Formats: sequence, structure tokens, C-alpha cells
Amino acid sequence: MNWTWFHRLASPPHVYALAVRLTPWFAWPAALCIAAGLWGGLVLAPPDYQQGDGFRIIYVHAPSAWMSLMVYVTMAGAAAVGLIWRMKVAHAVAASCAPIGASFTFAALVTGALWGQPMWGTYWEWDPRLTSELVLLFLYLGYMGLRAGIEDPQRADRASAVLAVVGVVNVPIIHYSVTWWNSLHQAPSVMRLGKPAMPLAMLVPLLLMLLGFTLFFVALLLTRVRGEVLARERTASWIREVVRA
Amino acid sequence: MNHSDGNIAQPLAALVAADPDRLSSVCQRASALEAVRLALQRDLQLAFRKRGQLVQPLAFFAMVTLLFPLAISPELARLRELAPGVLWVGALLGSLLALEFLFRDDAHDGTLEQYALSGQSLTALMVAKTIAHWLLTGLPLALMAPLAAVSLGVHTGALPGILFAVAVGSVALSLIGSIGAALTLGIKRSGALLSLLTLPLSLPVLIFGARATQLAIHGASFAAPLELLGALAVLGGTLAPLAAAAAVRISLE
Amino acid sequence: MPEHTIEVDNLHLWRGDRHVLRGVSFKVLRGGCLEVCGANGAGKTTLLRALCGLVYPEQGRILWNGENVRQDLPAFHAALAYLGHEPPLKADLTARENLHYWIGVRRHLGTSELDTALARVGARSWCGQLVRTLSAGQRRRVALAGLTLLPVPLWLLDEPTTNLDAEGRELVAELVREHLAHGGIVVAAVHQGLPSSVRNVTRLELAA
Repeated sequence: MNWTWFHRLASPPHVYALAVRLTPWFAWPAALCIAAGLWGGLVLAPPDYQQGDGFRIIYVHAPSAWMSLMVYVTMAGAAAVGLIWRMKVAHAVAASCAPIGASFTFAALVTGALWGQPMWGTYWEWDPRLTSELVLLFLYLGYMGLRAGIEDPQRADRASAVLAVVGVVNVPIIHYSVTWWNSLHQAPSVMRLGKPAMPLAMLVPLLLMLLGFTLFFVALLLTRVRGEVLARERTASWIREVVRA
Repeated sequence: MNHSDGNIAQPLAALVAADPDRLSSVCQRASALEAVRLALQRDLQLAFRKRGQLVQPLAFFAMVTLLFPLAISPELARLRELAPGVLWVGALLGSLLALEFLFRDDAHDGTLEQYALSGQSLTALMVAKTIAHWLLTGLPLALMAPLAAVSLGVHTGALPGILFAVAVGSVALSLIGSIGAALTLGIKRSGALLSLLTLPLSLPVLIFGARATQLAIHGASFAAPLELLGALAVLGGTLAPLAAAAAVRISLE
Repeated sequence: MPEHTIEVDNLHLWRGDRHVLRGVSFKVLRGGCLEVCGANGAGKTTLLRALCGLVYPEQGRILWNGENVRQDLPAFHAALAYLGHEPPLKADLTARENLHYWIGVRRHLGTSELDTALARVGARSWCGQLVRTLSAGQRRRVALAGLTLLPVPLWLLDEPTTNLDAEGRELVAELVREHLAHGGIVVAAVHQGLPSSVRNVTRLELAA
């Protein structure tokens, strides 16, 4: 198998150019999917027979929660690549993922709380999913805190990469233990994500939102990576070419 | 300076520099196990030279246990309900307190660097340091837990179970903590960051440990959560020293 | 006698934005001594640590006996002794205990050998005291004793004569001469240069 495409990814100017080219290919479809999903979910889909219109927050809550986890896995993957192959660009990708993932996690928590209040009368419930989301937020904060705490940029990259890999191994363990803990106390599960048969009219907008959020994440990531690469390579000569262009 | 004594050392150096393969017959390389034993011995000897510091995590644990009756209620029935949580939060925080010092002195005086350059497996040496840390922190905490439990109204039948659970759990805590301690080496005032890194990873230990303690207090079988605690300790034992060694090498760069 | 060589090929290393090592290349044969000189911040310590394999260069290779050290780093470490700026000693242990642990982790060490080494550096009278109570020069001597106990061909020394009086500096020169005479290699980062009694010295100037 020809691995040159992989090794070329190690070159910052190449990645920068690639990011510039690819961003619109993700940004526009993302906007379309999210617009379609929102229209389908907020306007077209019928109100839930139990929750009325309140359930519609699921169209933001569920994709946010899903993305928060996916971004963490992406971050850990990029970090692992950076550790093993010593690619600076991979570390730039991991660094770019962290704030995006933390924002998704925060959004999931906030929308979860907003959902809880009208439906169950309380802004916060210690159900397994919300609790796991909260722990995930702390994992992100720890990652960003470690990066900020180490002065030497190469050391910060590598140390936070180790943390990300350790974290990703722990995420299933933490989730399992939180679910186990919750089942012991038989607390009502607040955010049951749809009954077994979710009507298509509700499901399709949800999937559209999910796809839209994923595309949005990639577009945002590419933009951030461009910024990271520029900042890291600011003393390199190819930067001047880019600025001139 | 008496030079004649040096003549014994000279032929040794000459022999070995001349032919490194004779190393094995003239002076043997230390095996990994011997290296681990020596590293462990050194940490324990050092700790006993500064005996005052050994008591600190225990004193902290006692203080935390004292806080809850004062803050909530002196009724033993109520405290008994809270006992699993109080004990485990106290053990967790006490363990965190001692983590900062796991590598700090070694990094400061260059002995950690010598470990990395010794030709021995750095992972094995991490295991040695973690064992020493547990013997000096986790084990004393486990021995103190029954006392704290009694002060919270727990009956004596539950005490062996509590001791055992905290002993196994603290092994996992020392292992998990070693990762954070290695990652934050050299960062000034890293206490808060160390807690932020270690606590989320320690949550499963807290959950299973508190559950085991709760079952023990109610006289039920606590085998299931204890086994889960053991599994965490074993998983930690295989992976944490690797991660800690990687983190130490990164801090030496 | 085996031909030990240490060779560095076009080493480039950045610390953050600073291009610290710019195309450093050299080769030292058995019995050779390399003095690395330069102003503060020129990268002497960085070069030594890169040689140890502690710091990873962005470009370039380090070859020990013709082989890239990255291929078998533990074996390379077993063949070298590194003394950094500060002697690697624990303040709450005695000089003897420190050496017992430091060297013992690498090789079997007998008490008589340990005593001999300590006597060689003039530590006989104070080797039972806690290192905390020793002066900087005394600690440096203990570190040198440790060096003599490590049966390795390559010595990497960072400012080995710091804090030593004239007698101490002569001791360093003596140890280095002996090591070179037996086919060893010494790479030393120095400010003022090793004592003149050391022969066969090549100098490498690092520009800041």
C-alpha cells in the first residue's frame, strides 16, 4: 500500500493548503444539513405524544452529546499518531479538537438541563448519561489545563497526548461504572432517547442534524488547524509565501 | 589523598573497557528484579528518614472524617449511611495529597534522569516507585479506615471488609495517580491540575469501593464490587506504569 | 580491543522556536576526548542530553559503534554514564548509600569496591554523613566516585569540574586520562576547558 499520502500529512505547508481547499466542502454541506435538520425537527416533525413540543431540544442535545464523544476519540487518535510517528501536525490537530469537544460537551449538558426542567421539574438529574457527560467535560478541561500548564510546546504536545490516550481508554470504564452505579439506585432515567420505534418523521431530522454537526466539526477543525499550524510554524519561511498570496 | 587504594579499581576499569563482554564475568549487570528491589528499598529508606511526613496523609484522612459529623450531624445512624462516601472521599483526597511527592524530589535532584539512563526498564522502575508509594500511603490509609468507620457508627463486623476494600482500591488509586504525577512533573503549583487529571480517572474506583463498603456495612456480600475493584487494580498495574514511564521520558526531554 | 566510536551526523534540534543545535557533526574514536565549548545557552547541555537519547533531535543521527542508537536505546544506555550539572544524590542518604543505590541499580556492587572508589576521591572520612551536610565540592566528588564504579566505555560529563578546588580538578583530569588510556571515550561540556594534563583533546565550539 502506498503510504506517501500519510507521510505528506506530516508536512505543515501541505496540511495548511489541504485545509484551505477542503474547508468549504465541509462548511456548506454542514450548513445545509443543519438547516434541513432544524426545519424538519422544529417544524415538520409532529409533537411527541408524551412530551409535547419540549422534546424538540433533542435535535441539539443528542448530536452535541454524540459529537462530544466523537471529538474526544478523534483527539486521542490524532494524539496517538503524534506520539508514535512524532508528527507535529497531528499534535496541532489534537490541540484544535479540544476546545471544540469541550464546547460540544458543555452544549450537551446545558441542553440536557434545559430539557430536564420543563419535563421533569429539575435542571439536573444524576442519570448515567448526564453524569458521564460531566466527567467528559472534566477530561477535556484536564487536557486543556495540562497543555496550558507546560511551557515548552513540544513537551506540552507530548504530555497531553499521553493524557488523551489514557483518557480514551478510561472513557468506556468510567461510563460503565457510572451506569452500574446508577442502576443500583434505580433512579429514573431522564433522557430516554426515543422509544423503540421512533417515527421516521422524528428520526430523519435527527440523523440530518447528526450529519450536519459532524460536517460542522470537520469544517471547524480544519479552520482551527490552519490557525494552529500558522502559529506553530510562524518562524518558517513558507509562512511568508502564504501571507503574500 | 591516598592513591594506593585506587590501584584496585584501575585494573577493573581497564579489563572492562578493554572487553565489555567480560562485563558479565567481572561485574554482573543488575537484573530488572534487583533494580526494582533497590529502587523500592531506597524510596522506603528515604521515607523513614523523614518520618514526620509519613503521618501527613493519615492526619488529613482523620481531619476529613472529622469534618462530616461537624458539618452534618452527630447522629450515628445518619453517619452510618454516609460512611462509605466519607471514607472513600477521605481516602481519595489523602492519596492525592501524597501523589505530588511521588516523583518530585527524584525529578529535582536528577535521580529520575539516572533511572531513565540506567539501561533498566523504566516501566519496571515505575512499578517500584508505585509500590513504595502504596506501602507508604495506601496501606496506612487502609489500616486507618476501620478506625474512621467506627467513629462514623459502623459496627465491627463490617471492619475487615472495609479494610480489604480500601487496601485494594488504594492500589488502583496509586497506579492511576502515578500517571498524573508523572505528567505534571516540573509544573509549578501543580496540585490543582494533578487533582483535575486524577479525579475523573479515579471515579470508577470510588464508585466500586463505596459500593463494596456500603454492602459490607449492611452485612451483605460485597464480592461483586470487590472483584471489580481488583480488576481495576490489575488493569492499572499493567497499563499505568507504561503511561507513567512515557510521561517521565517526556518530562526529561 | 573493541573499536568504540561515537558519531554524530548533522544534528538539528529546536527548543520551542530556538534552533539550538545547527548541523552538529563529529566523530570520536576510542581513547578520544571531545570538549564541547560555548557560551551560556549555546546548547552544550542540550547536545549532551541529545547524545544520551533523552532529547529527540528533529534531524540527524547519533551512531554508537556504527549503529543508530535509536535501534537499541537500553543497550546504548548500558554503555554510557552521564553526569549532569547536579550530582544525582539524595540529600537524606549518606554518600555510601547513594552510591549503593545509584550504581546498584545498574550492576552488582560489592562493599569493598564501593569503599575503594570513595577512598579514591578522598571521601573516606565523610562518606558516612548525610549528603545534606556535604559541600557542593564534596557532592561532586561522590558523583565522580560513582563514575569510576560504572564499567562503561562512554562518559558524558556536563561541567565536571564545577565546584571543585585545584586538587579536585586534577582528580577529574586523572580519571579522564585513565579512562581514555583504557580505550574509553569522554565527551565533556566545559566552560573553561579540561585541565591541560588531559591529552588528545578535540574541541567543538558551539555558537549561541
